[in-house]
Amino acid sequence: MLRQIEGSRAVGDAVARCRPEVICAYPISPQTHIVEHLSDLVRTGDLERCEYVLAESEFGAMSVAIGASAAGGRAYTATASQGLLYMAEALFNAAGLGLPIVMTVANRAIGAPINIWNDHSDSMSLRDSGWIQLYAETNQEAVDLHVQAFRLAEAVSLPVMVCMDGFILTHAVERIDSPAQEQVDAFLPRFEPRQMLNPDEPLTIGAMVGPEAFFEVKYLAHAKQMQALDLIPEIASEFERGFGRASGGLIRGYRTDDAETIIVALGSIMGTIEEVIDELREEGHSVGALAIKSFRPFPLDEVRLALGAAKRVVVLEKALAVGIGGIVSANVRMALSGIELDGHTVVAGLGGRPITGRSLRSLLLEALDGGLKALTFLDMDAELVDRELRRAGSGAPPGPHAESMLREIGIVAASSH
Amino acid sequence: MFQVRIHGRGGQGVVTAAELLSVAAFDSDLHSQAFPSFGSERTGAPVTAFCRIDQRPIRTREPIAEPDVLIIQDPTLLHQVDVFGGLRPSGKVLINTTRTVEQLGLGELLERSEPPTLLTVPGTELAREHLGRALPNAALLGGFAALTALVTIEGVERAIRERFAGAVGAGNVAAARAAYEFVADEVAEVAGA
Repeated sequence: MLRQIEGSRAVGDAVARCRPEVICAYPISPQTHIVEHLSDLVRTGDLERCEYVLAESEFGAMSVAIGASAAGGRAYTATASQGLLYMAEALFNAAGLGLPIVMTVANRAIGAPINIWNDHSDSMSLRDSGWIQLYAETNQEAVDLHVQAFRLAEAVSLPVMVCMDGFILTHAVERIDSPAQEQVDAFLPRFEPRQMLNPDEPLTIGAMVGPEAFFEVKYLAHAKQMQALDLIPEIASEFERGFGRASGGLIRGYRTDDAETIIVALGSIMGTIEEVIDELREEGHSVGALAIKSFRPFPLDEVRLALGAAKRVVVLEKALAVGIGGIVSANVRMALSGIELDGHTVVAGLGGRPITGRSLRSLLLEALDGGLKALTFLDMDAELVDRELRRAGSGAPPGPHAESMLREIGIVAASSH
Repeated sequence: MFQVRIHGRGGQGVVTAAELLSVAAFDSDLHSQAFPSFGSERTGAPVTAFCRIDQRPIRTREPIAEPDVLIIQDPTLLHQVDVFGGLRPSGKVLINTTRTVEQLGLGELLERSEPPTLLTVPGTELAREHLGRALPNAALLGGFAALTALVTIEGVERAIRERFAGAVGAGNVAAARAAYEFVADEVAEVAGA
């Protein structure tokens, strides 16, 4: 059914169609309308046979999800930012135990400084937790990916994070084709747990494993993610057949076929990028774009195939690996090992800095001219950074950086852009 | 693509206005995208919300820097925030006020080479009269329908009723209808002048 609806509410409805049996969440900031909406649906009885558990923290929320999943229930939660970090220990456990939990991450920045706006620092910091990570380009895709995520998680017995840009997607109201219950029921079979705690037949889940087998048990998660590389496109094709629209998959190219320069990105920035690619194509430039939709598992072969014939690859990423630069680009370069091309890392949009079509256009034109540096910080005020570094190096105790830099730009406290 | 920026203050339903506008556009079978200026909303603080409307799916997601239409929900922002920043040549502006454009001190905007169409509507008064509360957002959407003809007043009314049940919905619909007629008269006057 076509509706004009907020991204969070649309995702909440889609999760409800997946018939989760336990939803647990910690309700304060950073949180989204997704779990708020789901708690309403449980309260009003619209979502039946589901227990909504209010946890005391994100660590508690993920622990409840682990318990629920181990007891054979289909479990779901959502979080973002510091909330995801607070879950970190439990995330590794969920993956190591092979529990098919689905979680939405409404991507937001990580402090300090305190910031509630969008970037990918949260999910990127937990990319190696063993969870599958899928990134939605649009709210429609976020909706569709949740339906696919339960199917994928339960097929490979691994937890799946559906990452959608906080605010940019979660708070945007737009046209969504909401999956109907019958469609989802036909696509997503009942959860058949591969392991289940049962008081009548006691067993242990999560035993201690010493050096004699830890390595092998740990490796299983990797083996399953390699299976997921085959399953993700299969599930996406089946979804397309059942629902009549393409969503998900490992990667998606946009006008990449003969492109000499390809920009690579994850998530909702792809829409703005496509507009810029169309403009530049019309002006005769040979450019294209590649969306990476599955970041874990990372589709090395598909990325190599999509980018290998290009002369130049620009990876735009919404996270910063302090001390080296890019995270996504390191993975992309691994996919391209042995291939000679110009590679560029562009860090953009940190802490909610808008990524505009105008800036992307200048960036790509600079790349086409051969003038783009290996590592670029899009629309960062380098002058402000330099002034602060000089001030801090002047000998006197510099005091806190954030407060001083806000004073420099004439703002007394963080405000919206 | 048609881009609308709404300026107001926290508590005035700025974000809701953008959302309702997008629903009214959806009602006319158009694609639309509403989103707030992301921030920690506080009552009384300047708030901005955006709405894009197009015949084809909308891909871009950056904040609207060059709006075709501005809706100013709170006239006290006029000289505090750069509300007119980026307004496109010959753009349209709807201001919630009982005063005239001249009284608001906006005469110089009309001296631009491609001046905007500036219209005023007493949205707060209409809301007080029909809704019993000083919440002008729905009324301004009625004014928007008359100003742009991009959405219909019926679409705006359906969007309001879908969001607000009972007396609140009815009051907002009446305020929107009254503002629609008020602005429609102004538009006819401008066209006749």
